[in-house]
Amino acid sequence: MVAAINQALKQEMSKDKSVVLLGEDVGVDGGVFRVTDGLIKEFGAERVIDTPLAEAGIVGASIGMAVNGLKPVPEIQFDGFTYQAFHHIKQHMARFSQRSSGTFHLPMVLRAPCGGGVRALEHHSESPEAFFVHSQGIKVVMPSGPYDAKGLLLSAIRDPDPVIFLEPKKCYRSFKEEVPEEEYTIPLGEANIKREGKDVTIVTWGAMTRVCLEAAEKLKEENVDVEIIDLRTIWPLDTEKVIESVKKTGRAVIVHEATRAGGMGGEIAARIQEKCLYNIEAPILRVTGFDVPYPQFALEDYFMPDVFRVVKYVRRVMSN
Amino acid sequence: MNEEGEVDDSLHPGLSEDKIKELYHLMMLAREFDEKLFKMQRSGKIGTYASLKGQEACEIGSGYALEEHDWVVPSFREMGVFITRGADRVKLVQGWMGDTRAFQGDENTRDLPIAIPIASQALHAAGIAWASKIKGEKSCAITYFGDGATSEGDFHEALNFAGVFKLPIVFFCQNNQWAISTPRKVQTASETIAQKAISYGIKGVQIDGNDVLAVYKATKEALERARNGEGPTLIEAITFRLGDHTTSDDASKYRSEEEVSPWVQKDPIQRVVKHFQKIGTWSDEYGAKVKGEVEKEVEEAVEKAMQIPPPGPEDVFKYIFKTLPKDLEEEQKELLEEVNEKKSLQDKGDAV
Ligand SMILES: Cc1ncc(C[n+]2csc(CCOP(=O)(O)OP(=O)(O)O)c2C)c(N)n1
Ligand SMILES: [Mg+2]
Repeated sequence: MVAAINQALKQEMSKDKSVVLLGEDVGVDGGVFRVTDGLIKEFGAERVIDTPLAEAGIVGASIGMAVNGLKPVPEIQFDGFTYQAFHHIKQHMARFSQRSSGTFHLPMVLRAPCGGGVRALEHHSESPEAFFVHSQGIKVVMPSGPYDAKGLLLSAIRDPDPVIFLEPKKCYRSFKEEVPEEEYTIPLGEANIKREGKDVTIVTWGAMTRVCLEAAEKLKEENVDVEIIDLRTIWPLDTEKVIESVKKTGRAVIVHEATRAGGMGGEIAARIQEKCLYNIEAPILRVTGFDVPYPQFALEDYFMPDVFRVVKYVRRVMSN
Repeated sequence: MNEEGEVDDSLHPGLSEDKIKELYHLMMLAREFDEKLFKMQRSGKIGTYASLKGQEACEIGSGYALEEHDWVVPSFREMGVFITRGADRVKLVQGWMGDTRAFQGDENTRDLPIAIPIASQALHAAGIAWASKIKGEKSCAITYFGDGATSEGDFHEALNFAGVFKLPIVFFCQNNQWAISTPRKVQTASETIAQKAISYGIKGVQIDGNDVLAVYKATKEALERARNGEGPTLIEAITFRLGDHTTSDDASKYRSEEEVSPWVQKDPIQRVVKHFQKIGTWSDEYGAKVKGEVEKEVEEAVEKAMQIPPPGPEDVFKYIFKTLPKDLEEEQKELLEEVNEKKSLQDKGDAV
C-alpha cells in the first residue's frame, strides 16, 4: 500500500502544480513509513516540504495554503499526534467553507497512518476516525488495501472539500495487490461490497476488512454466507448500500478497531434500525476495540478484534 | 507623532496632509461604527460585540499600508482594518448579526472572516504567505492578534514556521494591555512582546500603537521587507482597550478608573486633532463635517443591514460540502418540513 500511495501522490503532483506535500520528515527521509519516498527528488523542496516539528502548525499552515489556491497534502506522522492539530481540524478545516459562505473551500487532504497491530509505541496505534466524523464538514476516508488506497487518494486530492485520509499501518506492507500503473479514481462516499453473501452483513473498514474476509472464509465452512461491506469512506456514510444489504440478509455485525462507546458502530447500528427495523431478525452487534485507551503493545493482541472474535459474534447473530 | 500631535520630521512616513485627513476620517468612521454597534447590542439588535475603541490608530494605520492584493487574516477586533480596506459597510453590521453571508466574497477576496479561536489565525496567515511565495506572487499576509494570543502555542508555531521559511508575512500584535481580565504581565515574563521575534530569527519592532503615522510607517516597512524576500516582522503596537472586552464583559471588575483615564487622554483620534490644530488645518466646521459624514454613513449601513431578511433554514446546510451528501439532504428535507409545519400551525393560531 505504501507504493500505491506513493504512486498516487507522484502522478497527481506531476499533473497538478498546486499539489504540495508537507510534514515532519516527509522530504529527504521520505516519511517514516517511506510513503513519500523519492518525491522530493522529483518535485523539489518547495513542493515536498520538511517542516518543523509542529502538528498544529502543519495543519494550520495547510489551511492557509488551501485558502490561497494550493492543494496541500499535509502528513501527520502518527494518528496519536493528530490531536496536537485537532483544534485546526475541528475549528477551521471543518468550517472554513461554512464560515465564509463558500468563499474559502479547502481542497486539502490530511494524511495520517492509523490503527494498531504493529507493535508500536504508545500513541502510535490509534483509530481516531470518529472524532473527525463528529467534527462535521470533513470527509473521512480509510482504504483497506493498495488498490483502494490509490484510487481513493486520487479522488481525495481532486475533491473540493477537506478530506482526512487515514492509512491503516497494518496494511502498509502486510499484503500485495495488483495496482494498475495508470491513474484511476474510486468515488468518495461510496461503500464497496467486498464479498457478496446472503446470510449476514458485516460492515467494516480499514485493516479490519481483511480480518472480516478471513472470518467469512471460516464461516463458510459452517454454511454461513457472509456479505462484507467495506465503507471506504466513513463520512459521508453510504447508508443506502448498508441498508440495501441488511434488507437482503436480515442480520448485521459492525466491525471496527476503534473503541466502542461513541464509535461509528453505534451510528451505523442506529441507522440500520431506523431504516429497516422490520427486516432485521437479530440484534445488531458490534465487534470493536474495548472501551479502554489503546493498550501498550504487550497487550494489544487482547484488544484488537480478530478472526476469532468476529466469528464468535457472527455465530451469535446467526443463532437468533 | 507624539502625544501632543507634533510630528518628528525625520521619522515622517511621507504621507501628505490630505492623506492624514483621510486617516482621520477613517478613524472617526471606525469610532462611529463602534459606538453604534455597542448601542445596537444593548438594544438587542446584534449579538455579542467586541469594541475596538482606543485601537483605531493600530487598525487604520496598518490597514492603510496594505496593498489591495495583500491578505488580511484577522482576529475578531479588527473592524477598523476592514473599514480601511473598503469593506461593504452593510456587511460590517450584518457580520455581528450572526449571519455568515456577511463573509461571502468572490475570487478576489483577500480579507478572511474573523477568527474566534485565539492565535489560530496566525498559522493560516503563515500558510497563505507560504502559498504566495510558492506561487511566486508578490502578495503578503498580515495577521492580527492581541497580547493574550502571544501565550498560545499557535503564535509560537506561526512565528517559527514564518522564520524558518522566510515567509512574506507581518504579525501585528495589538498589545492593548488586557486579555479579558488578564493583564499583560501575566501573559509573559518577557519585558516586551517585540523581543520574542529574536528567538524566531525574525525582525521585531515595538511602536506606539496610538500614533497612526508610526503604525502606518512600521507596517509599510514590514510589508516592503516581506515583499523583497527579507522575511517576516513581528510588530508590537502598544495601545489600550478603552472599552470592556466585549459587550458581555464588565471591565470595572478588574481594572480601575485610575488606570483607564490616562489612556483616555492618549486617545489616538484626539492626537490627530491636536496635530491639525498645531499646523493650523483644524476648524470646528471641519470637525463637524467629518462627524456628520461618518454618522450618515453608519446610519445608512445600519438601516440597510436591518432590512436584510435573516438567513433561512435552507442556509443551515449550505456550504458545508460542495455537494450535499445524501444523508444531509434528508436532514435538510426534515428541517424544511418542520419549519413549514410550524408555520402552518402558527398561521392557524395553534401552539407549536
Ligand atoms: C483559544 C481560545 N481561548 C479562549 C478564548 C476566549 N477569549 C476570547 S478573547 C480572549 C482574550 C484575548 O486577549 P488578547 O489576545 O489580548 O486580545 P484582545 O481581546 O485584547 O483583543 C479570550 C481568553 C478564545 N476565543 N479562544
Ligand atoms: Mg489584549
